[in-house]
Amino acid sequence: MAEERRQKQCSVSLPTESMKAMAESVGVGQLQEESCAALSEEVSYRIKEIAQDALKFMRHGKRRKLTTNDIDNALKLKNVEPLYGFQSQEFIPFRFASGGGRELYFYEEKEVDLSDIINTPLPRVPLDVSLKAHWLSIEGVQPSIPENPPPAPKEQQKVESTEPLKVVKPGQEEEGTIQGKSQGATPADGKGKDKGLIRLKPRSTHELSVEQQLYYKEITEACVGSCEAKRAEALQSIATDPGLYQMLPRFSTFISEGVRVNVVQNNLALLIYLMRMVKALMDNPTLYLEKYLHELIPAVVTCIVSKQLCLRPDVDNHWALRDFAARLMAQSCKTFSTTTNNIQSRITKTFTKSWLDDKTQWTTRYGCIAGLAELGPDVIKTLILPRLTVEGARIKAVMEGPVVSNIDKIGADHVQSLLLKHCASVIAKIRPQPDNMEQYRTDYGYLGPMLCSHVMKARTQAALQAQQVNRTTLTITQPRPTLTVSQSGLSGSAGSRTPSIIKVPSSLTLMTPRPGTPSQPSPPATKYIVMATSAGASSTQQYEFTSVSFATSTLQPLVKLESGSGPGLTSSRPMQKYIVVSLPSSASSSLETKSSVLPTSISTTPLEAAMKLDRSESPGASTQSPH
Amino acid sequence: MAAVQGGLADTNEEKDIKTEPSSDGFGNNNANDGRVLSTSPGSSASAGINKSATGAPEDQQTLLAVLQFLRKNKLTESVEILRREAGLPEDSPELKGSDSSGAGSGGAAGSGDKEGGDASSLLSRVTISSSANLATTVTSSVTAAGEDQPDVNVVLSAYNQQGDPPLYQVYYSGLKKFIESVLDCHRAELSQLFYPLFVHMYLELVYNNHESEAKAFFEKFSGDQECYYEDDLRVLSSLSKREHMRGNETLMDFRTSKFVLRISRDSYQLLKRHLQERQNNQIWNIIQEHLYIDIFDGMPRSKGQIDAMSGSLAGEGKREANKAKVYYGLLKEPEIELPLDDEDEEAENEEGKPKKKKPKKDSMGSKSKKQDPNAPSQTRIPLPELKDSDKLDKIMYMKEATKRIRLGPDNLPSICFYSFLNAYQGLTAVDFTDDSSLIAGGFADSTVRVWSVTPKKLRKVKSAADLNLIDKESDDVLERIMDEKTASESKILYGHSGPVYGISFSPDRNYLLSSSEDGTVRLWSLQTFTCLVGYKGHNYPVWDTHFSPHGYYFVSGGHDRVARLWATDHYQPLRMFSGHLADVTCTRFHPNSNYVATGSSDRTIRLWDVLNGNCVRIFTGHKGPIHALAFSPNGKFLASGATDGRVLLWDIGHGLMIGELKGHTDTIYSLRFSRDGEILASGSMDNTVRLWDAMKAFDDLETDDFTAATGHVHLQDNSQELLLGTYMSKSTPVIHLHFTRRNLLLATGAYNP
Repeated sequence: MAEERRQKQCSVSLPTESMKAMAESVGVGQLQEESCAALSEEVSYRIKEIAQDALKFMRHGKRRKLTTNDIDNALKLKNVEPLYGFQSQEFIPFRFASGGGRELYFYEEKEVDLSDIINTPLPRVPLDVSLKAHWLSIEGVQPSIPENPPPAPKEQQKVESTEPLKVVKPGQEEEGTIQGKSQGATPADGKGKDKGLIRLKPRSTHELSVEQQLYYKEITEACVGSCEAKRAEALQSIATDPGLYQMLPRFSTFISEGVRVNVVQNNLALLIYLMRMVKALMDNPTLYLEKYLHELIPAVVTCIVSKQLCLRPDVDNHWALRDFAARLMAQSCKTFSTTTNNIQSRITKTFTKSWLDDKTQWTTRYGCIAGLAELGPDVIKTLILPRLTVEGARIKAVMEGPVVSNIDKIGADHVQSLLLKHCASVIAKIRPQPDNMEQYRTDYGYLGPMLCSHVMKARTQAALQAQQVNRTTLTITQPRPTLTVSQSGLSGSAGSRTPSIIKVPSSLTLMTPRPGTPSQPSPPATKYIVMATSAGASSTQQYEFTSVSFATSTLQPLVKLESGSGPGLTSSRPMQKYIVVSLPSSASSSLETKSSVLPTSISTTPLEAAMKLDRSESPGASTQSPH
Repeated sequence: MAAVQGGLADTNEEKDIKTEPSSDGFGNNNANDGRVLSTSPGSSASAGINKSATGAPEDQQTLLAVLQFLRKNKLTESVEILRREAGLPEDSPELKGSDSSGAGSGGAAGSGDKEGGDASSLLSRVTISSSANLATTVTSSVTAAGEDQPDVNVVLSAYNQQGDPPLYQVYYSGLKKFIESVLDCHRAELSQLFYPLFVHMYLELVYNNHESEAKAFFEKFSGDQECYYEDDLRVLSSLSKREHMRGNETLMDFRTSKFVLRISRDSYQLLKRHLQERQNNQIWNIIQEHLYIDIFDGMPRSKGQIDAMSGSLAGEGKREANKAKVYYGLLKEPEIELPLDDEDEEAENEEGKPKKKKPKKDSMGSKSKKQDPNAPSQTRIPLPELKDSDKLDKIMYMKEATKRIRLGPDNLPSICFYSFLNAYQGLTAVDFTDDSSLIAGGFADSTVRVWSVTPKKLRKVKSAADLNLIDKESDDVLERIMDEKTASESKILYGHSGPVYGISFSPDRNYLLSSSEDGTVRLWSLQTFTCLVGYKGHNYPVWDTHFSPHGYYFVSGGHDRVARLWATDHYQPLRMFSGHLADVTCTRFHPNSNYVATGSSDRTIRLWDVLNGNCVRIFTGHKGPIHALAFSPNGKFLASGATDGRVLLWDIGHGLMIGELKGHTDTIYSLRFSRDGEILASGSMDNTVRLWDAMKAFDDLETDDFTAATGHVHLQDNSQELLLGTYMSKSTPVIHLHFTRRNLLLATGAYNP
């Protein structure tokens, strides 16, 4: 094989067509074929030479990626003037064109309007280099902290669980478990390896260290305890901590047992807490959950379809739990379903079967429909829409029929709104306009007219949103979050003030996206407009958020500060506006300081300091107040 | 006749120019030096300084150069006049003339046969040399190589002798068949011939414009070559025209340096007999012209032994090259009144004025009194006087040393990792001060940044105007001159105009060196945070620089294949170490400051004597460019790491490879021994820090006389046993390691998300 590759290396050279194209581009037409061949060979040779030199610079730059700078430096070595200003937004900046029997790749150079360039805001200032220390190892043991890679990477957990009895010869180990060595690389490990012996691989330790036991206790107590703040912290820890895989079996048992007990006791609150734990576990990127799905999925499904989840079904909002669990189920179907385990089809079958059953109670019915609906528009289209007529008749029977129990009525009511909510958006997409009440009634029976109005609403909303999205994208000129601080019109007295405190209301935390939230059909890009008034000339200022709208699931909030001069210019109470815009979460934030109209001595450095985020930190932290 | 005389004159001259590493055994030095001289006009003068150091008449060289120039331009009268004025003998310039007129092969067999082209004379030469004493053949061929001029035409003209191009494949496969048919024990040794023969046959074909044959030859046989030659093969493969050969450095290396093979006498006889029987002149000719066969008596080596040592651009180092005595012992520590620190913690607090008490008699003190037989004499290299501040620092060092943790397999060091955040792939070099108080980073954006890792901020001396204001009589004048206002945790040093590839602190923490792509080495003051000197000499990127452990001297090495020794107060180098066949990628001072180790892209490591500039050791065995070197604290051993991901251990005294540590999967950028030498830490591009049991590695192999004499080592594959720990960082390549004085390991790298 090596031979084949080398042969390739030896013969690769630029095609003569490119020589021709290049010659034409500099005004030399009709190049002889022989000259082309000679040129291409020479050019290929020189290019290879330069590439080999550029590699040297890459190595000394301690990088794995060859950059254009390396090539520039290599050209400099050869006393060739480097290319200036080569930059490309795309990975391969070439376009393909063919015609007249020729194929061409060319570099697209667009005409650029100068005013566009002038008017685009300056690019964000890159964060400065900083130094951060952490313990890579303490007396030979690597602590599992976020700065270190997870002790057992996901792939290894997977290998351990899927190939439990792998036979390993002593020599092989080196290649196989280089990474795994990081933890167990004690001297005993090396010595214990007898030559020639065949070993069975997994020696997974089932003991937890004292610290881990304490951690487990703290986490589980916090998760089901009464303190909401503690719970949030614990869930955060579960969702981000890289070293949890050893505790995973305990957590999964805790959840499945917890659900079993609390369903019987109809303890709605605890069930919700447990589902939130499942969510946190699923959010943790370092865990290989596949091994524990047999415990987690039944627990989740129980919370979707159980007949009774709370003590007073007429008052308590167990519907929310069903919705949440259904979403979890849909998420795990998406992530874990494979052709071997067939989770999605098995789950779909289960839901459909109990839905079709006439004796099924309204609560379970709701759960089944919710579970199916969360699986996506395709499932709704194929499984739910055809049954709308039947379901409509059933609902009609409860709503308009003889007086039955209140609980049934509430149930039917919820099922109806659920069906309307999910089906409307799907129908809006697949059904051509116009929406005719009568037509709907014939197609969907009892639910028809209501569906029709919902569909119409969905359509108008969609149209509205399309506009809105356009408009908001205009306001957000930069794809990356920025914090703009512009201060103007601050009078001299205000200048001496220390940077003021922004009170972040608790509602802001709601904006942090919860991936579990169903993607709203069309959430408007959000704009938080926060009005702030200065509280007199005192040394502190308090800002209140006067209007806060909700965030969409994919966007990250970010603070934009803008201060305009107050109503009275002479007044020493400038009015400050804080506009919080939400932006994509892809990148870290940066700071952009607009020039102030009046030179003020309010330094922006504390703000800057606060905004100097480690890139490893979550960008969401940019909502923190400067102090 | 002239050529022979010229050859003698040339050897005399070589002797005079001691500082040029003429005796390093590769026989290519003149050519290489010439290249350097011609590319960098500034360096010829500095080479002259070298010569004066050993007492040679430095003008003679200059005069000869002038004469040569005049002759070239046909200014015969001026030549006559100048020669008369200078009183030069007639034949010195003659030598130059005859050399540049070509026929570099003339002296090869020592027969004075200048034409040396047709087959019959070749054959006769074969028989002559086979009957003659081999040793004399070898020496005379070395002399011949010494005559080689850098002129490309001359170099290439050796390829003029051509056989029938289509027959090349036949020759090669004939030899291949023969080698495959010999006894197992000889096969491994003779297989070494494949690669150099392949290269030279290919080049001959290319040179003689047999392009298609060359291509066919390459495609047919390139797959047979050892995988570690792949990089060179890639260079070769792109070379397919005679015009390409001009100016290709790799090609020059192949041509100007003889590929060195070590073959046992039995195997060699076998080969010779075969070639004589088959009358295979083409191959024999190449062997004579381009290879140096180092014949030894004794058992042929095994495949493993050969593989361990081969891989370098020009074959193995010759045995003679590693025979010179190396004083690897440590210098005697200067007598310092060590204050008794009362065995309590309070002593640590009073840093300023340690109480003078009777010197402490501990093991350290007694050890330093005894003169190590392997140590160089104290004054072999003039070292700077210790200043008071240095003495204070030494005292601090000893205090810290008493608190040092004894490391071992059961007592691994803790590792503190300093990640550079937001470096955007721009971090290129890092260094720590010996007391671990400062970190310096070199960046691709040409800046050098210095951080303080202790709470003590970096302060610079006040400006001249402010300095006038302070009271010079006050006791705390040293405190007062520092500017508190601008104190900060980090400072940026601007001055370079290219990526900074090498960085090194002076032992007294007053200076910082940085070397850059712009061809300069800069000396920065850490008092004023300004650039003091820009050392110009390398015309090409300077890959690495390192301060001597005793300060004052430093070494730098770069793309021009030369390592230079400098003193901080000279703007021109004191020594030039030339001999490497490719870029000098890393440089290190021996702990006793008498030697310098350099690693290169030619995959060899060389050890140079600072006193006379000689190359005293050549270590071959790496299969990729060397990027890390580390001396053990006792000065006996050297560890080296390369792009092949292996760490090799060398015994400096015996000049032997004594260990191979496999485990890394990517380039090793950093190596460091713990303060007592028990643990070797290696940091790599594969994001890991690995710890190795150095004690065991060195203990295991007690070199006996036989190994020392033949230079053949049998390495046991015990990397896994020696590996004490692997610590993975989070996508952060480890580019520098440092043991603090108490044996805490510090690692650094830039986080690349």
